[in-house]
Amino acid sequence: MTLRDVVALLEAEVLYPEADLERDVPCAFASDMISDILMCTKEPTLLLTGLTNNQVIRLSDMIDLTGIVFVRGKKPLQDVIEMAAERGLPIISTKFTLYRCSGILFNAGLRSCKI
Amino acid sequence: MRGHLSNSSEAEVDLDFTVPEKDFNTAGKGSSELKNLLKRLGVDSDVLRRIAVASYEAEINVAAHSKGGVMKSAVHDDLIQVSFIDDGPGIADIEQAMIPGFSTADDLVRELGFGAGLGLPNIQKNSDAMHIVSERGSSTLLEFFIFFG
Repeated sequence: MTLRDVVALLEAEVLYPEADLERDVPCAFASDMISDILMCTKEPTLLLTGLTNNQVIRLSDMIDLTGIVFVRGKKPLQDVIEMAAERGLPIISTKFTLYRCSGILFNAGLRSCKI
Repeated sequence: MRGHLSNSSEAEVDLDFTVPEKDFNTAGKGSSELKNLLKRLGVDSDVLRRIAVASYEAEINVAAHSKGGVMKSAVHDDLIQVSFIDDGPGIADIEQAMIPGFSTADDLVRELGFGAGLGLPNIQKNSDAMHIVSERGSSTLLEFFIFFG
């Protein structure tokens, strides 16, 4: 599955135009707690979250994130979007809930990341 | 937060940062820059991630729970030592603080997504050795060691 597939499945909005949507997404993780997310150290992971502050982007300096899906219609402020763009980290926003997003992606064959 | 890079006789490379209290715009930058430095030095990517996660958790702990402090990294040939020394107020019960899920984070900190109660367990999980010296009313020293090989 590519990020472009994720955008289509979640009817998501891409938050900056240069985002690379062709990258492969092998697995995903969903959480609103930063220390939970930091358990994903084993492989490149798509993160689904309702957190929109700058620390979510800073997490991608520590662990390997293939992209971030902001759920429940949330969108980060412009300076946070710019932080993601500087890092080449694709970020998208969907109106769907975290539970619904996880269900849709799981049914489409996207597995949970190893922790 | 300002980084200070120097060579000393004891370590190959030293890297120091200050970590201000409750400054979540800069918190994590020290760990991010430490990871970049180690990447340039050719440290294996799995080891790099473990160092970055342990360091980030500890850096956030200093910003979230203390009156501010410093982060000191000493890179040796075969290992890294990262120490965090804060200005208090200390950990009342270290054993309790190590229990996964236990947290004393305030509302501001929780709103940002911290306070899962996994900070210290994550540091321990990702490091080869960790130790904490602290008591209520005093400063806290947390340091961890991770081998490159």
